[in-house]
Amino acid sequence: MRKNNRFAAVALLATVGILGTACGSDSKKADLCPGVTKGSVSTPPLKLGVAFDTGGRGDGTFNDAAGRGACQAVGELGADLTELEATSDQDRKPNLETLTKNGDNPVIAVGFLFSDDLKTVATANPKTTYGIIDSVVDLPNVKSLVFAAEQGSFLVGAAAALKSTTGHIGFIGGQEIDLIKAFEAGYTAGAKAVNPDIKVEVKYLGAAGDNAAWGSPDKAKEIANGWYADGADVIYTAAGGSGAGTIDAAVASGKWAIGVDSDQYLTATPEQQKHILTSALKRVDVAVFETAKAVQSGDTKGGVRVFDLKDDGVGYSTSGGYLDDVKDKLEAFKQQIIDGTIVVPTKP
Amino acid sequence: MGDETRIPAADGVTRGLSKLMTPKLENSKNGLITTASSIAAVVLALVISGIMLKITGKDPINAYRKMIETGLEHDKLLEALQRATPLMLSAVAVAIGFKMNLFNIGVEGQYLFAALIASVVGAAVSLPAPLHVAFILLVAMAAGSVWAALAAVLKVKRGVNEVISTIMLNYVALSVIQWLFDTWFRDNSKSDLNVKTKVLPRSAWMPDIVTGRLSSMFIVAIAVVALYWVIVFKSRFGFRLRSSGMNSVAARTAGISSNRMIVSALVMSGAVAGLVAMPSVLGDIHAYGQGVPDGLGFAGIAVALLGRNHPLGIMAAAALYGFLESTAGALQIQHVPNSIIDVIKAIIVLTVVIVNEAVTRSMNRRTASRTSSALQVAKPIGATA
Repeated sequence: MRKNNRFAAVALLATVGILGTACGSDSKKADLCPGVTKGSVSTPPLKLGVAFDTGGRGDGTFNDAAGRGACQAVGELGADLTELEATSDQDRKPNLETLTKNGDNPVIAVGFLFSDDLKTVATANPKTTYGIIDSVVDLPNVKSLVFAAEQGSFLVGAAAALKSTTGHIGFIGGQEIDLIKAFEAGYTAGAKAVNPDIKVEVKYLGAAGDNAAWGSPDKAKEIANGWYADGADVIYTAAGGSGAGTIDAAVASGKWAIGVDSDQYLTATPEQQKHILTSALKRVDVAVFETAKAVQSGDTKGGVRVFDLKDDGVGYSTSGGYLDDVKDKLEAFKQQIIDGTIVVPTKP
Repeated sequence: MGDETRIPAADGVTRGLSKLMTPKLENSKNGLITTASSIAAVVLALVISGIMLKITGKDPINAYRKMIETGLEHDKLLEALQRATPLMLSAVAVAIGFKMNLFNIGVEGQYLFAALIASVVGAAVSLPAPLHVAFILLVAMAAGSVWAALAAVLKVKRGVNEVISTIMLNYVALSVIQWLFDTWFRDNSKSDLNVKTKVLPRSAWMPDIVTGRLSSMFIVAIAVVALYWVIVFKSRFGFRLRSSGMNSVAARTAGISSNRMIVSALVMSGAVAGLVAMPSVLGDIHAYGQGVPDGLGFAGIAVALLGRNHPLGIMAAAALYGFLESTAGALQIQHVPNSIIDVIKAIIVLTVVIVNEAVTRSMNRRTASRTSSALQVAKPIGATA
């Protein structure tokens, strides 16, 4: 009997383990775009496939931005939208294949982890056009959609320096990888452009490959609390879902937080909104929508497209109106970056 | 350490033990009952999941039909086998422990650790093609064994329960991997976001059976299952292992060192665990990086339970899990949440335990009543003598 009890205990453990992963991805698939009325359908109808990585919609920033772009395509282009979300690393390639087989064109992979699998699938299906966010896949039927994130970060860095009364600000990054280092580099450069003597604290939540870094608000909160107590009054967090921790800390200590990717003011509570100075925008939605639109109008060529300040692919948000007094200065910086008078570094 | 000394009566005990073990479970009738109860458990799980689908307003019949339709497509069948490959290996690793009454919950940490070490060592040497692959497989097995041996040593020397130690060693493994990867093994020559260790040379790439669909590791996995059958069920060593697992006191009386068996079982378990990530490392990513799947160690526990630790059962259970997973995408297109697959898998584990328990109890009752009636028959004969 003792053996059987142990057996049952282990079975329960296994069940909890499996169910644990099941709970991560909830069933919000029924109505992908609530409130969006499907636009007039083109001939031939546009079928848009979007492959999310594990996590998917509901993160408040990156994936939701992609989802918004897809829904915009439904509303404005009359696209028929199919979304697949991976539940494990083994799902990425099959999901891309399933969408391709479903007749979707373009198929957009949201996230750089799709790179290798997309290369395989796109090579095997030359008639379908693919898009990939945040990565470059060099194939004639893949549109690589990357962002000049350092430019948006430069502007929020400048905003932070302009609004800081203590001359002491901070940056919290997710994984310490080139992608996120570009955010840091831009932010620091922007802050120094306003105030060369400013003190910029920098910390990363995890090393390359540590996926927990995108979902550790507790860690971000601890770091932010420490810096706020030390006199920092603006902290910018580029770490996916972890950024919520910084916002919490900002509310608690009455200081400023800066959001990332999406305009986080829009999804915050009224209490939090008072502390979100601005958000560095990375218009993943624009990238998704533009790709769908391009394919609809017959542009199926591959290539790298960098979304930058020039085409509003990156930028900063002004919700809340906290930047009204410094907006002119920020716009001036923006113009200088577009002109090329300021070249924003991508490495810290 | 008195277990080593042979006791004169040992042979008798061994014979008794072997009678006890002449596997009742393996005679065909009981095998049939076991198979039937596992199938019943799966059907029961599908019914329960169907009711859950119905409650959430989806059409279960349609969902299952779609699942079977897509699951039986040529490519999807291959995908199911591809997904079954690591599950078979992981389940065998778990089952070896089970046979010794050891619960190796640490397959997860063992295979990830082995994947990192094997990728790094494999990229550092140059060998001709078939040897290179074999060498990496051996390194992976060695690394998995080393990690599992930690739990074995803790159990033998300090009496630490292996359930606790293997679970905790999973977390230790993750941290150690992270540290090793970041400090030494990350390939910084490319500024790719998809960070990896140094990519293995071509000679270490394992060819696919069906290009891009089914890795040759499938054959290796089948071979491992066969070896598991031979070693654990047919060899003298396996007999000792199972005896020790069933009743360590009796086995010790028969001269079988339970400590030695604990160490051998966990080391073997770890060696098989080391192979779990090899389909990805040798056949797909050709390095250790973010694409190496995690969670297979835990999935293996469920597969071993469903397969009742039997070689054929493990193969069938792994194939079933692979089949279910391969259909998740098609279900999502039908607006059936893909989490239903995880729910089905989890409910299967529960129903297996429940059905298993019910069957065992009724069998025990039957054996008991048969024994008692046999004894009653025996008495009068003894009396007349």
